[in-house]
Amino acid sequence: MLLAIDTSAGTAVAVVALDGRVLAERSTDDTRRHAEVIGPFLDEVLHAPGVSAGALTGVVTGIGPGPYTGLRVGIAAAHAVAIARGIPLLPVPSHDAVALALVEGGIAAGRFAVVTDARRREVAVTVYAAGLPLPTVVEPAHLVARIEWTPDEAVPAHEVLEIAAVPLAHVALARLAAGLPFAAPQPLYLRAPDVTLSAPKRVS
Amino acid sequence: MSAQPLVLGIESSCDETGIGIVRGTTLLANVISSSMEQHARFGGVVPEVAARAHLEALEPALREALAVAGVTLDELDAIAVTSGPGLAGALMVGVGAAKALAVALDKPFYAVNHLVGHVGADVLRTEGEPAIELPTIALLVSGGHTSLLHVRDLTSDVELLGETIDDAAGEAFDKVARLLGLPYPGGPHIDRAAADGNPTAVRFPRGLTLPKDLERHRYDFSFSGLKTAVARHVEKLRDAGEPVPIADIAASFREAVADVLTAKAIAACTDLGVPRLLLGGGVAANARVRALAAERCAAAGVELRIPPISLCTDNGAMIAALAAQLIMAGHAPSPLDVSADSTLPVTQIQA
Ligand SMILES: [Zn+2]
Repeated sequence: MLLAIDTSAGTAVAVVALDGRVLAERSTDDTRRHAEVIGPFLDEVLHAPGVSAGALTGVVTGIGPGPYTGLRVGIAAAHAVAIARGIPLLPVPSHDAVALALVEGGIAAGRFAVVTDARRREVAVTVYAAGLPLPTVVEPAHLVARIEWTPDEAVPAHEVLEIAAVPLAHVALARLAAGLPFAAPQPLYLRAPDVTLSAPKRVS
Repeated sequence: MSAQPLVLGIESSCDETGIGIVRGTTLLANVISSSMEQHARFGGVVPEVAARAHLEALEPALREALAVAGVTLDELDAIAVTSGPGLAGALMVGVGAAKALAVALDKPFYAVNHLVGHVGADVLRTEGEPAIELPTIALLVSGGHTSLLHVRDLTSDVELLGETIDDAAGEAFDKVARLLGLPYPGGPHIDRAAADGNPTAVRFPRGLTLPKDLERHRYDFSFSGLKTAVARHVEKLRDAGEPVPIADIAASFREAVADVLTAKAIAACTDLGVPRLLLGGGVAANARVRALAAERCAAAGVELRIPPISLCTDNGAMIAALAAQLIMAGHAPSPLDVSADSTLPVTQIQA
């Protein structure tokens, strides 16, 4: 039984059985209340019928890209659950969940791009080649100025506003089944911290 | 729950990731991972850098604290966290982790006030030392806050008498240090430079101490004018091609800060008839602030308490200690949907 948490856009939490069945799911597209809703959401899914924290075998965490403040809430929470239950943390790039859902839904084929807003007039883009059980990453997540982002006809772009936790768990199940490694548990920040080193200004 | 609850506290309001474990009033572990060095070249805490560091430090600090305390997560009676005040993005890392720990372990969750936590630290004295007596005045001074509190009951009755209306005192130390070409963090470096200086060399202004200011801001602080006065003084010397006497300026600046901090704290003790003063926050490590506080407390017949420095700077043990006090006083856990509140008022001891 896997718990999956993604806070790269809104907040999405799900518990999925090892055969892929969805046991519980909660989500909101609110992009400003991650730290609030993570508590009740976890409480609800871990107390859903047929679910218990003690039965979890892994915690899947979406590592973004996404706005940093919210993204960190989910990763910190996933870390904490993994430590609390003594189970592995399974970090997955959040775009991978979108890509899998697009391929499974028959919406994407061939090469395609998953696009999310990265603020400051930039978008985060990951390019995939469709395939199952998992789409292949052709270009890992990177930032592109929105104005320069001209969709390639051969690579249709799918811009999404929400990342769901269920496909995130499905990506993890597929990786586990195939014996594939997981990402590092760090957020995909894609930008250095925004700080400028200014000399003290004159006051007189 | 046992009479002496075993509580794990998480603190992430500024640049220290703190994990503390206490059993009632007994300190079992106080692990602090600081991102101070990463802020050094910027001359002050950079919120995004601090928040990134919290996420990195969380797991190792948690594991270390459990190992030091010699307890397992299952044994804990409650999980506590700072929910404010502090840097929003930094607070959220701790809040997210604490909620998840509490839910995954099925333990009660206590979200508490950082400032009251500083006062709560004083209950963690080593065996045999007298316990904190209330009511007390508390002067909490760090890079993030400068607050004067009247604490009548740790778990139910804390009043904010005054606070800084601009910069925190610790922030003023950092900014003046930069001006003088001293490294970050400013406090200890200014302390060192000031040791050989003359504190009466320059009479820098004491913010909000004039009679007209005292009417409205009797217990409030202001350090922005002081910082500007130091900058102006240094510029004038440099413009005239004269050498800048670092030691004298550091000593004079430090004296102005220590003077105004302790004068207002003692005034609160005297005005309110509270013969006790507690110092907390990183600035409690400042040699001159300590010395002047001791001198003035003795003269005013006020008992001075300063917790050990490792409990004065931001830490998780003080958060765990305050939560343990709340539990022992019968307070119910916090709801799981509390937010990280960067401006949580001090009257709200528990969120
Ligand atoms: Zn503090």
